[in-house]
Amino acid sequence: MSDEGDGAGGSEPLEDGAENVSHRFDRLAPTDAERTVAGRPSRDGVLAWWTERFGIPADAFAEHTFWEKGNGKPWVLAGDAADPSDVEALGMTALRTRQEHWKPTTDAVQRFGHHATRNVIDLEPAEARRFVAGEDQAIERWDGDWGYLIAAHEVAGDRAILGVGLYVHGELRSMVPKGRRREL
Amino acid sequence: MHEVLERYRPIVDDWAAFTAAVERPLGKTVRVNTLKADVDRVRAAFEEAGVDAEPVDWNDRLLAVDTDSPGSTWPAFHGWIHTQEAVSTLPPIALDPAPGEVVWDACAAPGSKATQLAALMEDRGRLVANDRSMGRLSALRFNAERLGVTNAIVTNRDARNYSLSPLDVDAFDCALVDAPCSGEGTLRKNPAALDEWSESFLEDIAGVQTGILRRAIQATAPGGRVVYSTCTYAPEENEAVLDAVLDAEECRIVEQELPIETRPGVTAWEGQEFDPSIERAARVYPHLEDTGGFFLATLEVGG
Repeated sequence: MSDEGDGAGGSEPLEDGAENVSHRFDRLAPTDAERTVAGRPSRDGVLAWWTERFGIPADAFAEHTFWEKGNGKPWVLAGDAADPSDVEALGMTALRTRQEHWKPTTDAVQRFGHHATRNVIDLEPAEARRFVAGEDQAIERWDGDWGYLIAAHEVAGDRAILGVGLYVHGELRSMVPKGRRREL
Repeated sequence: MHEVLERYRPIVDDWAAFTAAVERPLGKTVRVNTLKADVDRVRAAFEEAGVDAEPVDWNDRLLAVDTDSPGSTWPAFHGWIHTQEAVSTLPPIALDPAPGEVVWDACAAPGSKATQLAALMEDRGRLVANDRSMGRLSALRFNAERLGVTNAIVTNRDARNYSLSPLDVDAFDCALVDAPCSGEGTLRKNPAALDEWSESFLEDIAGVQTGILRRAIQATAPGGRVVYSTCTYAPEENEAVLDAVLDAEECRIVEQELPIETRPGVTAWEGQEFDPSIERAARVYPHLEDTGGFFLATLEVGG
Protein backbone atom coordinates (compact mmCIF):
# COMPACT_ATOMS: atom_id res chain seq x y z
CA MET A 1 0.00 0.00 0.00
CA SER A 2 1.32 3.42 -0.89
CA ASP A 3 0.16 5.44 2.05
CA GLU A 4 3.59 6.54 3.20
CA GLY A 5 3.40 10.01 1.68
CA ASP A 6 6.36 10.10 -0.65
CA GLY A 7 5.06 13.13 -2.54
CA ALA A 8 4.41 11.13 -5.69
CA GLY A 9 0.78 12.14 -6.02
CA GLY A 10 1.16 14.91 -8.61
CA SER A 11 -0.64 14.97 -11.91
CA GLU A 12 2.44 15.15 -14.12
CA PRO A 13 3.49 11.94 -15.82
CA LEU A 14 6.37 10.32 -14.05
CA GLU A 15 9.24 9.08 -16.12
CA ASP A 16 12.00 6.98 -14.75
CA GLY A 17 11.93 8.67 -11.32
CA ALA A 18 15.22 9.68 -9.82
CA GLU A 19 15.22 6.77 -7.41
CA ASN A 20 13.60 3.41 -7.16
CA VAL A 21 10.48 3.55 -4.98
CA SER A 22 9.26 0.03 -4.41
CA HIS A 23 5.51 0.68 -4.54
CA ARG A 24 5.42 3.32 -7.28
CA PHE A 25 5.34 2.64 -10.98
CA ASP A 26 7.62 4.74 -13.19
CA ARG A 27 7.70 4.71 -16.98
CA LEU A 28 10.93 3.34 -18.39
CA ALA A 29 13.14 6.02 -19.95
CA PRO A 30 13.04 6.01 -23.76
CA THR A 31 16.75 5.25 -24.17
CA ASP A 32 19.69 4.19 -22.02
CA ALA A 33 21.16 7.70 -22.34
CA GLU A 34 18.06 9.19 -20.69
CA ARG A 35 18.08 6.90 -17.68
CA THR A 36 18.29 8.47 -14.24
CA VAL A 37 18.22 5.23 -12.26
CA ALA A 38 21.39 3.20 -12.58
CA GLY A 39 20.76 -0.35 -13.72
CA ARG A 40 17.16 0.17 -14.77
CA PRO A 41 16.52 -0.80 -18.39
CA SER A 42 15.19 1.66 -20.95
CA ARG A 43 12.30 1.12 -23.37
CA ASP A 44 14.80 0.88 -26.22
CA GLY A 45 16.77 -1.68 -24.28
CA VAL A 46 13.70 -3.81 -23.62
CA LEU A 47 12.53 -3.67 -27.23
CA ALA A 48 16.03 -4.49 -28.50
CA TRP A 49 16.18 -7.50 -26.18
CA TRP A 50 12.86 -8.97 -27.41
CA THR A 51 14.10 -8.54 -30.98
CA GLU A 52 17.59 -9.86 -30.41
CA ARG A 53 16.55 -12.84 -28.33
CA PHE A 54 13.30 -13.90 -30.01
CA GLY A 55 12.99 -11.91 -33.23
CA ILE A 56 9.90 -10.15 -31.89
CA PRO A 57 9.84 -6.80 -33.73
CA ALA A 58 9.58 -3.51 -31.84
CA ASP A 59 6.34 -2.95 -33.75
CA ALA A 60 4.70 -5.64 -31.62
CA PHE A 61 4.91 -3.18 -28.72
CA ALA A 62 4.16 0.01 -30.68
CA GLU A 63 0.93 0.59 -28.73
CA HIS A 64 2.45 -0.34 -25.37
CA THR A 65 4.46 1.42 -22.68
CA PHE A 66 6.82 -0.18 -20.14
CA TRP A 67 6.83 0.52 -16.42
CA GLU A 68 8.76 -0.57 -13.38
CA LYS A 69 8.16 -0.54 -9.66
CA GLY A 70 11.83 -0.54 -8.85
CA ASN A 71 12.49 -4.24 -8.52
CA GLY A 72 13.79 -5.23 -11.92
CA LYS A 73 10.45 -6.50 -13.22
CA PRO A 74 9.19 -4.27 -16.05
CA TRP A 75 5.46 -4.31 -16.80
CA VAL A 76 3.86 -3.82 -20.21
CA LEU A 77 0.75 -1.64 -20.49
CA ALA A 78 -1.47 -0.94 -23.49
CA GLY A 79 -1.46 2.83 -24.03
CA ASP A 80 -0.22 5.18 -21.36
CA ALA A 81 -1.04 6.16 -17.79
CA ALA A 82 -0.99 9.55 -16.12
CA ASP A 83 0.14 9.12 -12.55
CA PRO A 84 0.07 5.48 -11.58
CA SER A 85 1.44 6.09 -8.10
CA ASP A 86 -1.36 4.33 -6.27
CA VAL A 87 -2.21 1.27 -8.33
CA GLU A 88 -1.62 -2.43 -7.77
CA ALA A 89 -0.97 -3.43 -11.36
CA LEU A 90 -0.36 -1.80 -14.75
CA GLY A 91 -1.02 -4.26 -17.54
CA MET A 92 1.09 -7.38 -17.02
CA THR A 93 4.55 -8.21 -15.80
CA ALA A 94 6.67 -8.70 -18.90
CA LEU A 95 10.17 -9.74 -17.89
CA ARG A 96 12.83 -9.82 -15.18
CA THR A 97 15.99 -7.83 -15.71
CA ARG A 98 17.85 -8.24 -12.44
CA GLN A 99 20.13 -11.05 -13.56
CA GLU A 100 22.62 -10.98 -16.40
CA HIS A 101 20.22 -12.96 -18.59
CA TRP A 102 16.81 -11.35 -18.83
CA LYS A 103 13.85 -13.66 -18.45
CA PRO A 104 10.44 -13.15 -20.05
CA THR A 105 7.29 -14.06 -18.12
CA THR A 106 4.97 -16.90 -19.12
CA ASP A 107 2.09 -14.46 -19.53
CA ALA A 108 4.08 -12.09 -21.75
CA VAL A 109 5.27 -14.84 -24.11
CA GLN A 110 1.73 -16.25 -24.30
CA ARG A 111 0.57 -12.74 -25.26
CA PHE A 112 3.41 -11.61 -27.57
CA GLY A 113 5.33 -14.82 -28.34
CA HIS A 114 3.46 -15.60 -31.55
CA HIS A 115 5.63 -12.89 -33.16
CA ALA A 116 8.81 -14.81 -32.30
CA THR A 117 11.03 -16.08 -35.11
CA ARG A 118 13.92 -17.61 -33.14
CA ASN A 119 14.72 -19.38 -29.89
CA VAL A 120 11.36 -21.10 -29.99
CA ILE A 121 11.44 -24.81 -29.15
CA ASP A 122 8.55 -26.91 -30.46
CA LEU A 123 7.64 -29.71 -28.07
CA GLU A 124 6.10 -33.09 -28.76
CA PRO A 125 2.79 -33.85 -26.98
CA ALA A 126 4.35 -35.77 -24.08
CA GLU A 127 7.08 -33.10 -23.70
CA ALA A 128 4.46 -30.36 -23.64
CA ARG A 129 2.55 -32.13 -20.87
CA ARG A 130 5.71 -32.48 -18.78
CA PHE A 131 6.56 -28.83 -19.45
CA VAL A 132 3.22 -27.45 -18.19
CA ALA A 133 3.41 -29.77 -15.16
CA GLY A 134 6.59 -27.88 -14.26
CA GLU A 135 9.00 -30.75 -14.92
CA ASP A 136 12.55 -30.46 -16.21
CA GLN A 137 13.38 -32.83 -19.05
CA ALA A 138 16.27 -33.89 -21.27
CA ILE A 139 15.81 -32.75 -24.87
CA GLU A 140 18.89 -33.55 -26.94
CA ARG A 141 17.70 -32.37 -30.35
CA TRP A 142 17.93 -28.62 -29.64
CA ASP A 143 21.05 -27.22 -31.30
CA GLY A 144 20.28 -23.52 -30.89
CA ASP A 145 21.23 -21.07 -28.17
CA TRP A 146 21.25 -21.99 -24.53
CA GLY A 147 19.34 -19.82 -22.10
CA TYR A 148 15.72 -18.77 -22.03
CA LEU A 149 13.61 -20.18 -24.84
CA ILE A 150 9.98 -19.85 -25.77
CA ALA A 151 8.35 -23.28 -25.62
CA ALA A 152 5.53 -24.10 -28.02
CA HIS A 153 3.49 -27.08 -29.15
CA GLU A 154 0.88 -27.84 -31.77
CA VAL A 155 -2.83 -27.57 -31.00
CA ALA A 156 -5.31 -28.53 -33.69
CA GLY A 157 -2.74 -27.99 -36.42
CA ASP A 158 -1.26 -24.66 -35.33
CA ARG A 159 1.61 -23.62 -33.08
CA ALA A 160 0.53 -22.46 -29.63
CA ILE A 161 2.91 -20.78 -27.19
CA LEU A 162 3.26 -22.57 -23.86
CA GLY A 163 5.69 -20.47 -21.87
CA VAL A 164 9.35 -20.06 -21.00
CA GLY A 165 11.98 -22.74 -20.59
CA LEU A 166 15.62 -22.49 -19.55
CA TYR A 167 17.78 -24.66 -21.81
CA VAL A 168 21.17 -25.73 -20.43
CA HIS A 169 23.30 -28.88 -20.83
CA GLY A 170 20.75 -30.73 -22.94
CA GLU A 171 17.93 -30.10 -20.46
CA LEU A 172 14.83 -27.92 -20.77
CA ARG A 173 13.79 -26.57 -17.38
CA SER A 174 10.19 -25.45 -17.16
CA MET A 175 9.75 -21.89 -15.92
CA VAL A 176 5.96 -22.19 -15.72
CA PRO A 177 5.05 -20.59 -12.39
CA LYS A 178 3.47 -22.85 -9.77
CA GLY A 179 0.04 -21.26 -10.08
CA ARG A 180 -0.07 -21.90 -13.84
CA ARG A 181 1.12 -25.53 -13.76
CA ARG A 182 -1.39 -28.17 -14.80
CA GLU A 183 -1.52 -31.94 -15.19
CA LEU A 184 -2.94 -32.26 -18.70
CA MET B 1 -35.17 -25.84 -2.27
CA HIS B 2 -33.72 -23.34 0.18
CA GLU B 3 -36.37 -21.77 2.43
CA VAL B 4 -35.02 -18.25 1.87
CA LEU B 5 -36.31 -18.36 -1.70
CA GLU B 6 -39.92 -18.74 -0.43
CA ARG B 7 -40.05 -14.97 -0.02
CA TYR B 8 -39.91 -14.56 -3.82
CA ARG B 9 -43.00 -16.67 -4.53
CA PRO B 10 -45.12 -13.51 -5.10
CA ILE B 11 -42.84 -12.17 -7.87
CA VAL B 12 -41.82 -15.33 -9.75
CA ASP B 13 -44.27 -16.15 -12.55
CA ASP B 14 -43.90 -19.94 -12.74
CA TRP B 15 -43.07 -21.05 -9.23
CA ALA B 16 -43.02 -24.77 -9.94
CA ALA B 17 -40.61 -24.36 -12.86
CA PHE B 18 -38.46 -21.99 -10.82
CA THR B 19 -38.13 -24.32 -7.84
CA ALA B 20 -37.41 -27.28 -10.10
CA ALA B 21 -34.70 -25.38 -11.96
CA VAL B 22 -33.02 -24.20 -8.77
CA GLU B 23 -32.61 -27.83 -7.72
CA ARG B 24 -30.75 -28.83 -10.87
CA PRO B 25 -26.97 -28.46 -10.96
CA LEU B 26 -25.69 -25.92 -13.44
CA GLY B 27 -23.89 -27.03 -16.59
CA LYS B 28 -20.32 -25.82 -17.12
CA THR B 29 -19.73 -23.00 -19.59
CA VAL B 30 -16.54 -21.34 -20.79
CA ARG B 31 -16.14 -17.96 -22.45
CA VAL B 32 -13.83 -17.81 -25.46
CA ASN B 33 -11.17 -15.16 -24.82
CA THR B 34 -11.02 -13.37 -28.15
CA LEU B 35 -7.81 -11.57 -27.11
CA LYS B 36 -5.91 -14.84 -27.61
CA ALA B 37 -8.02 -17.17 -29.75
CA ASP B 38 -11.18 -17.40 -31.78
CA VAL B 39 -14.15 -19.71 -31.34
CA ASP B 40 -13.07 -22.07 -34.13
CA ARG B 41 -9.62 -22.61 -32.67
CA VAL B 42 -10.98 -23.25 -29.20
CA ARG B 43 -13.56 -25.72 -30.50
CA ALA B 44 -10.89 -27.51 -32.54
CA ALA B 45 -8.67 -27.75 -29.45
CA PHE B 46 -11.50 -29.18 -27.36
CA GLU B 47 -12.41 -31.60 -30.13
CA GLU B 48 -8.79 -32.78 -30.30
CA ALA B 49 -8.98 -33.41 -26.54
CA GLY B 50 -12.27 -35.29 -26.85
CA VAL B 51 -14.27 -32.65 -24.99
CA ASP B 52 -17.63 -31.69 -26.44
CA ALA B 53 -17.93 -27.88 -26.61
CA GLU B 54 -21.03 -26.37 -28.18
CA PRO B 55 -21.89 -22.66 -28.35
CA VAL B 56 -25.00 -21.75 -26.37
CA ASP B 57 -27.74 -20.51 -28.65
CA TRP B 58 -27.71 -16.89 -27.38
CA ASN B 59 -23.96 -16.25 -27.16
CA ASP B 60 -21.61 -17.71 -29.78
CA ARG B 61 -18.56 -16.93 -27.63
CA LEU B 62 -19.88 -19.02 -24.77
CA LEU B 63 -19.38 -22.78 -25.01
CA ALA B 64 -21.21 -25.41 -22.98
CA VAL B 65 -18.57 -28.05 -22.20
CA ASP B 66 -19.05 -31.65 -21.08
CA THR B 67 -16.24 -31.67 -18.53
CA ASP B 68 -16.27 -30.83 -14.83
CA SER B 69 -12.80 -29.32 -14.97
CA PRO B 70 -12.52 -27.03 -18.01
CA GLY B 71 -9.70 -25.25 -16.18
CA SER B 72 -7.49 -28.32 -16.69
CA THR B 73 -7.46 -28.28 -20.49
CA TRP B 74 -5.12 -26.91 -23.15
CA PRO B 75 -7.46 -24.03 -24.06
CA ALA B 76 -7.49 -22.94 -20.40
CA PHE B 77 -3.71 -23.23 -20.02
CA HIS B 78 -3.24 -21.06 -23.11
CA GLY B 79 -5.66 -18.45 -21.79
CA TRP B 80 -8.01 -19.05 -24.71
CA ILE B 81 -10.98 -19.62 -22.41
CA HIS B 82 -12.25 -18.56 -19.03
CA THR B 83 -14.63 -20.71 -17.03
CA GLN B 84 -17.56 -18.38 -16.52
CA GLU B 85 -21.19 -18.85 -15.63
CA ALA B 86 -23.51 -17.95 -18.51
CA VAL B 87 -25.37 -15.14 -16.70
CA SER B 88 -22.05 -13.63 -15.67
CA THR B 89 -21.43 -12.73 -19.32
CA LEU B 90 -24.52 -10.49 -19.44
CA PRO B 91 -23.27 -7.28 -17.76
CA PRO B 92 -20.37 -6.74 -20.19
CA ILE B 93 -22.73 -7.51 -23.09
CA ALA B 94 -25.15 -4.89 -21.75
CA LEU B 95 -22.39 -2.33 -21.16
CA ASP B 96 -20.85 -3.02 -24.60
CA PRO B 97 -17.71 -0.90 -24.19
CA ALA B 98 -15.93 0.27 -27.34
CA PRO B 99 -12.20 -0.12 -27.98
CA GLY B 100 -10.46 3.04 -26.77
CA GLU B 101 -12.96 3.94 -24.08
CA VAL B 102 -12.09 4.45 -20.43
CA VAL B 103 -14.09 1.89 -18.49
CA TRP B 104 -14.45 1.39 -14.75
CA ASP B 105 -15.16 -2.00 -13.22
CA ALA B 106 -15.91 -0.98 -9.64
CA CYS B 107 -16.00 -4.47 -8.09
CA ALA B 108 -13.79 -6.37 -10.49
CA ALA B 109 -12.38 -9.39 -8.62
CA PRO B 110 -11.98 -12.21 -9.46
CA GLY B 111 -12.05 -10.77 -12.97
CA SER B 112 -14.45 -12.79 -15.14
CA LYS B 113 -16.38 -9.72 -16.24
CA ALA B 114 -13.34 -7.44 -16.21
CA THR B 115 -11.48 -9.68 -18.63
CA GLN B 116 -14.61 -9.94 -20.79
CA LEU B 117 -14.76 -6.13 -20.85
CA ALA B 118 -11.09 -6.05 -21.91
CA ALA B 119 -11.86 -8.49 -24.73
CA LEU B 120 -14.78 -6.37 -25.94
CA MET B 121 -12.40 -3.37 -25.83
CA GLU B 122 -9.90 -5.39 -27.91
CA ASP B 123 -7.33 -4.64 -25.17
CA ARG B 124 -7.33 -0.95 -26.16
CA GLY B 125 -8.29 2.13 -24.18
CA ARG B 126 -8.21 1.82 -20.43
CA LEU B 127 -9.93 -0.64 -18.14
CA VAL B 128 -9.74 0.44 -14.52
CA ALA B 129 -10.35 -2.73 -12.56
CA ASN B 130 -10.92 -2.03 -8.88
CA ASP B 131 -11.70 -4.20 -5.93
CA ARG B 132 -11.84 -3.36 -2.25
CA SER B 133 -10.61 -6.78 -1.19
CA MET B 134 -6.85 -7.12 -1.35
CA GLY B 135 -7.22 -10.89 -1.02
CA ARG B 136 -9.38 -11.14 -4.13
CA LEU B 137 -7.08 -8.90 -6.18
CA SER B 138 -4.58 -11.70 -6.68
CA ALA B 139 -7.25 -13.74 -8.47
CA LEU B 140 -8.12 -10.72 -10.61
CA ARG B 141 -4.48 -10.17 -11.54
CA PHE B 142 -3.91 -13.87 -12.20
CA ASN B 143 -6.89 -14.07 -14.55
CA ALA B 144 -6.10 -10.82 -16.35
CA GLU B 145 -2.51 -11.89 -17.01
CA ARG B 146 -3.43 -15.44 -18.04
CA LEU B 147 -5.99 -14.06 -20.47
CA GLY B 148 -3.46 -11.64 -21.96
CA VAL B 149 -5.06 -8.39 -20.83
CA THR B 150 -2.64 -5.45 -21.02
CA ASN B 151 -5.03 -2.48 -20.97
CA ALA B 152 -6.05 -2.85 -17.33
CA ILE B 153 -4.95 -0.83 -14.34
CA VAL B 154 -5.76 -2.61 -11.09
CA THR B 155 -6.61 -0.60 -7.98
CA ASN B 156 -7.48 -1.60 -4.44
CA ARG B 157 -9.87 0.98 -3.02
CA ASP B 158 -13.34 1.47 -1.62
CA ALA B 159 -15.45 2.15 -4.70
CA ARG B 160 -17.88 4.34 -2.74
CA ASN B 161 -15.44 7.25 -2.58
CA TYR B 162 -13.28 6.34 -5.56
CA SER B 163 -10.91 9.07 -6.72
CA LEU B 164 -10.14 9.67 -10.38
CA SER B 165 -6.99 11.58 -9.47
CA PRO B 166 -4.35 9.11 -10.67
CA LEU B 167 -6.02 8.68 -14.04
CA ASP B 168 -5.62 10.89 -17.03
CA VAL B 169 -9.40 11.48 -17.35
CA ASP B 170 -12.08 13.69 -15.83
CA ALA B 171 -14.69 10.95 -16.01
CA PHE B 172 -15.20 7.38 -17.15
CA ASP B 173 -16.92 6.72 -20.47
CA CYS B 174 -18.89 3.90 -18.88
CA ALA B 175 -18.87 1.77 -15.76
CA LEU B 176 -19.87 -1.62 -14.45
CA VAL B 177 -21.10 -2.08 -10.89
CA ASP B 178 -21.32 -5.83 -10.41
CA ALA B 179 -22.09 -5.38 -6.78
CA PRO B 180 -21.31 -7.58 -3.81
CA CYS B 181 -24.62 -9.24 -2.90
CA SER B 182 -26.31 -12.02 -0.97
CA GLY B 183 -25.68 -14.38 -3.88
CA GLU B 184 -29.03 -16.14 -3.95
CA GLY B 185 -28.79 -16.63 -7.70
CA THR B 186 -25.69 -18.81 -7.38
CA LEU B 187 -27.41 -21.68 -5.53
CA ARG B 188 -27.21 -23.99 -8.54
CA LYS B 189 -23.43 -23.94 -8.53
CA ASN B 190 -22.96 -23.33 -4.81
CA PRO B 191 -25.63 -25.01 -2.64
CA ALA B 192 -24.12 -23.37 0.47
CA ALA B 193 -24.59 -19.86 -0.93
CA LEU B 194 -27.36 -18.95 1.51
CA ASP B 195 -26.00 -20.45 4.72
CA GLU B 196 -25.17 -17.00 6.08
CA TRP B 197 -28.31 -15.27 4.78
CA SER B 198 -30.15 -12.82 7.04
CA GLU B 199 -32.53 -9.86 6.67
CA SER B 200 -30.04 -7.60 8.41
CA PHE B 201 -27.38 -8.55 5.86
CA LEU B 202 -29.74 -7.36 3.12
CA GLU B 203 -29.98 -3.95 4.77
CA ASP B 204 -26.24 -3.62 5.21
CA ILE B 205 -25.34 -4.73 1.73
CA ALA B 206 -28.01 -2.53 0.12
CA GLY B 207 -26.31 0.49 1.67
CA VAL B 208 -22.98 -0.56 0.16
CA GLN B 209 -24.58 -1.27 -3.24
CA THR B 210 -26.28 2.15 -3.29
CA GLY B 211 -23.04 3.87 -2.35
CA ILE B 212 -21.05 2.18 -5.12
CA LEU B 213 -23.70 2.79 -7.78
CA ARG B 214 -24.00 6.45 -6.79
CA ARG B 215 -20.25 6.90 -7.11
CA ALA B 216 -20.29 5.19 -10.51
CA ILE B 217 -22.97 7.61 -11.75
CA GLN B 218 -20.98 10.57 -10.44
CA ALA B 219 -17.73 9.37 -11.99
CA THR B 220 -19.18 8.65 -15.44
CA ALA B 221 -19.44 11.33 -18.14
CA PRO B 222 -22.90 12.69 -19.07
CA GLY B 223 -24.46 10.39 -21.64
CA GLY B 224 -22.33 7.48 -20.48
CA ARG B 225 -23.78 4.16 -19.37
CA VAL B 226 -23.55 2.40 -16.07
CA VAL B 227 -24.61 -1.21 -15.74
CA TYR B 228 -25.72 -2.38 -12.31
CA SER B 229 -25.84 -6.12 -11.71
CA THR B 230 -26.18 -8.63 -8.91
CA CYS B 231 -26.65 -12.37 -8.60
CA THR B 232 -29.55 -12.10 -6.18
CA TYR B 233 -33.35 -12.11 -6.43
CA ALA B 234 -33.81 -9.74 -3.48
CA PRO B 235 -35.60 -6.52 -4.52
CA GLU B 236 -33.90 -4.88 -1.52
CA GLU B 237 -30.58 -5.30 -3.37
CA ASN B 238 -31.91 -4.64 -6.86
CA GLU B 239 -34.94 -2.46 -7.55
CA ALA B 240 -34.77 -0.66 -4.19
CA VAL B 241 -31.13 0.26 -4.86
CA LEU B 242 -32.03 1.62 -8.30
CA ASP B 243 -34.94 3.56 -6.79
CA ALA B 244 -32.66 5.19 -4.22
CA VAL B 245 -30.05 6.08 -6.84
CA LEU B 246 -32.66 7.54 -9.23
CA ASP B 247 -33.70 9.86 -6.39
CA ALA B 248 -30.18 10.88 -5.48
CA GLU B 249 -28.32 11.20 -8.80
CA GLU B 250 -28.86 12.62 -12.29
CA CYS B 251 -29.53 9.48 -14.27
CA ARG B 252 -32.23 7.37 -15.86
CA ILE B 253 -32.82 3.70 -16.53
CA VAL B 254 -32.78 2.78 -20.20
CA GLU B 255 -34.09 -0.18 -22.20
CA GLN B 256 -31.67 -3.08 -22.51
CA GLU B 257 -31.27 -5.37 -25.47
CA LEU B 258 -30.29 -8.65 -23.91
CA PRO B 259 -29.78 -11.88 -25.82
CA ILE B 260 -31.79 -14.03 -23.41
CA GLU B 261 -35.32 -14.18 -22.06
CA THR B 262 -35.79 -12.15 -18.88
CA ARG B 263 -38.55 -10.72 -16.71
CA PRO B 264 -39.00 -6.99 -15.96
CA GLY B 265 -37.87 -5.41 -12.72
CA VAL B 266 -40.60 -5.28 -10.08
CA THR B 267 -42.15 -1.95 -9.16
CA ALA B 268 -43.56 -2.95 -5.79
CA TRP B 269 -42.18 -5.06 -2.95
CA GLU B 270 -43.41 -5.55 0.61
CA GLY B 271 -45.41 -2.33 0.65
CA GLN B 272 -42.80 -0.23 -1.10
CA GLU B 273 -43.42 1.29 -4.56
CA PHE B 274 -40.55 1.88 -6.99
CA ASP B 275 -40.11 4.23 -9.93
CA PRO B 276 -42.01 2.80 -12.94
CA SER B 277 -38.90 3.00 -15.18
CA ILE B 278 -37.37 0.23 -13.06
CA GLU B 279 -39.45 -2.17 -15.16
CA ARG B 280 -36.68 -1.75 -17.74
CA ALA B 281 -34.33 -3.69 -15.49
CA ALA B 282 -34.01 -7.41 -16.18
CA ARG B 283 -34.57 -10.35 -13.84
CA VAL B 284 -33.00 -13.58 -14.97
CA TYR B 285 -34.58 -16.71 -13.50
CA PRO B 286 -33.08 -20.21 -13.72
CA HIS B 287 -36.15 -21.72 -15.39
CA LEU B 288 -36.15 -19.30 -18.34
CA GLU B 289 -32.87 -20.30 -20.04
CA ASP B 290 -31.43 -22.94 -17.67
CA THR B 291 -28.99 -20.47 -16.04
CA GLY B 292 -28.22 -19.11 -12.61
CA GLY B 293 -30.29 -16.27 -11.20
CA PHE B 294 -29.31 -12.71 -12.01
CA PHE B 295 -30.36 -9.08 -12.13
CA LEU B 296 -29.14 -6.23 -14.28
CA ALA B 297 -30.10 -2.71 -15.24
CA THR B 298 -28.51 -0.16 -17.56
CA LEU B 299 -28.48 3.48 -16.51
CA GLU B 300 -27.60 6.53 -18.54
CA VAL B 301 -25.92 9.43 -16.80
CA GLY B 302 -27.60 12.84 -17.08
CA GLY B 303 -31.09 14.21 -16.54
